[in-house]
Amino acid sequence: MTGLTFELLCMQLLTGIALGSIYALLALGLCLIFGMLNVVNFAHGAFFMVGAFIGVYFLGVTGNFWFSLLLTPLLTGCLGLLTERFLVRPLYGRGLDYPLLLTFGLSYVLIEVMRITFGIEGLPSITPDGLGGSINVGIGYFPKYRLFLIAATALIILGVWFLIQKTRYGLIIKAGAADQEIVKVLGVDIAKVWLLVFGLGCAIAGLSGILASPTRSVNPEMGVPILAESFVVTVVGGMGSPVGAVVAGLLVGVVYSMTSLFFPDLAELSIFVLMAVVLLIRPQGLFGKAGAMG
Amino acid sequence: MKQKVTNQTRRKMLIGGAAAASTPLWLNVANAQADTIKIGFPTPLTGPFSAEAQDQVKAAELAIKEFNDAGGFNGRKAELLVRDDKLNPGEAATRTLELIEKDKVNYLVGSLSAATQLSINAVCKERKVLFNSISQSDAINEAKDWSVYTFHESLNPTMTAGAVARYSIPRYGKKIVFLTADYAYGHEMVRAFERAGKELGATTLADIRHPLGASDYSAFLPRIKALNPDILVLCNFGRDLVNAAKQCTDFGLKSSMKIVTPVLLYTARLAGGPEAFEGILGGTGYYWGLEDRIPTAKAFNDAFRKMYNGSVPSDYGALGYAGIKSVLASIKIAKSTETMKVVSAMENLKYDWYKGPEYYRKCDHQAVQTVIIVESKSKNMKDKYDVFNILTIEPTTEKNMRSCAELGHKA
Repeated sequence: MTGLTFELLCMQLLTGIALGSIYALLALGLCLIFGMLNVVNFAHGAFFMVGAFIGVYFLGVTGNFWFSLLLTPLLTGCLGLLTERFLVRPLYGRGLDYPLLLTFGLSYVLIEVMRITFGIEGLPSITPDGLGGSINVGIGYFPKYRLFLIAATALIILGVWFLIQKTRYGLIIKAGAADQEIVKVLGVDIAKVWLLVFGLGCAIAGLSGILASPTRSVNPEMGVPILAESFVVTVVGGMGSPVGAVVAGLLVGVVYSMTSLFFPDLAELSIFVLMAVVLLIRPQGLFGKAGAMG
Repeated sequence: MKQKVTNQTRRKMLIGGAAAASTPLWLNVANAQADTIKIGFPTPLTGPFSAEAQDQVKAAELAIKEFNDAGGFNGRKAELLVRDDKLNPGEAATRTLELIEKDKVNYLVGSLSAATQLSINAVCKERKVLFNSISQSDAINEAKDWSVYTFHESLNPTMTAGAVARYSIPRYGKKIVFLTADYAYGHEMVRAFERAGKELGATTLADIRHPLGASDYSAFLPRIKALNPDILVLCNFGRDLVNAAKQCTDFGLKSSMKIVTPVLLYTARLAGGPEAFEGILGGTGYYWGLEDRIPTAKAFNDAFRKMYNGSVPSDYGALGYAGIKSVLASIKIAKSTETMKVVSAMENLKYDWYKGPEYYRKCDHQAVQTVIIVESKSKNMKDKYDVFNILTIEPTTEKNMRSCAELGHKA
């Protein structure tokens, strides 16, 4: 390709990282729920979409992006709590397929609810004040909002890491994922832990929705394609591995971006090729433990 | 027999609920006479073009109402049978066949995608049923797809993309980059833009193709910026266009190039908001703002406002209206509902339903009409409907269309 410069390559890399941020966040939520509850949450994309709608709606009402950023994960988190308590919980112990089908159905219900509430056209999203336009990052101009997105994602991921690695709750979560029987014997109410982890996963999904909304249109079907991409990320990173989710999310973003530069029409395919290659070399994913699906 | 009637009624109620719950017209359906003039209307009520489709149905209902209020044809009223084709060519063909065989429709109007309209057309061609298509396509008028029963009310990419090229290249420059949705309609838009551009000395620096329905275009944008074209042409549609416009704005592409799009839809602009579309110009078949200069546009808007709580019709809505109007008017002229008689009446029709004078070109039944070049507004908007400035109206002329010979017709 002619005109290939160092600046262009760097710009492409940065674009890929911004793109991968959203993938990493979504996959992180997915893999928390899977790692702990052994539930493949097919409604994750729908929670992402609901988060975007709720966020943009309240942004329209209050005009305050930061308020939306706080409120959205709370609301989608609560929705997640209700989902776990009343829908997912009765299905524990019946294998992977029951909750998978349930959440798959739930995603359609959520899409329909949003269609009825907000209309099929969706909502025009707004870039928060001060984050519109682009800024010179040394190699050229890059949208301010996408830089913010990268920073926000890094903060959230750090927060989740801190929660899991440095707190008592994190210890319980880790122990629960490793051996729930022992945790129960030790007197921990494991049902409550599952409830909170599911809620946390959904809150992160909702938060990614509002964070992603200024970069794309908010419509009821927006969660469908990104769910497929998040699953690719989760599989590449290793089912149930939070570190894997983050690393693979960024990797998928960068691979997509770099392929777009050289072979734009193969961009979509590239991430599936990446998945196939990783699975051939490491069937458990980059950071996964063997047999995580079993 | 009784069972059958129940099924039909149920389906109509379902469709009524989905498409036009607010219209009083479904009352007509309930007491429709046995010999109503039935028009089948397949359109994607669900899926990414549903906003446009619902507007098509609303405006088509208006055309039916006007016909019935004026007494119908010898006392026979018209009836619209809306079916959801789900934007799927297979589904569209099945629904069309069902409309023809089971519901015994007299004519078909509708569709919203190059692929579905071709599959509807194929069924109609085989069953010898008149089909007036209200979605853009170049292929439908070409001899291999066309039949004497095919009419094309909508503009086609040659007309819209051509008009946008003729308007923008002399004003903004000759170096062109395309960002194209990788499907038939995207390719048709590029071909038509290049065709008009060639005469003006334009050169294509790159045609970057993206998968249909991609939600993030940012990965294509650094390269477009590095190519530094005078004009970036967004050859995509619906939500693809909304997302692409938004991200081009974020990446600051507008500061160094003009962004244009062959088809700038009212509904897409509403969904994307003023900021994303600021300064983007494109072609369209209709904008309600034409009412200041065209009396029939004013009449159409007023009737639509009256029926739908003050809202204004969109471009694709207008096509739904015109598509039905042409067929119903031709029945009156032909003094018959017999297909071939209606076909020849339509061939000779000179009409002005909503945007000034139009007629169907004899050889391929393409509606010869104006193309409106609009630019998206971001300031001084009067209300939420006030989204475009009309820059110019490219006049009606067959010169800007592909010739009959080029399409493979003998005439």
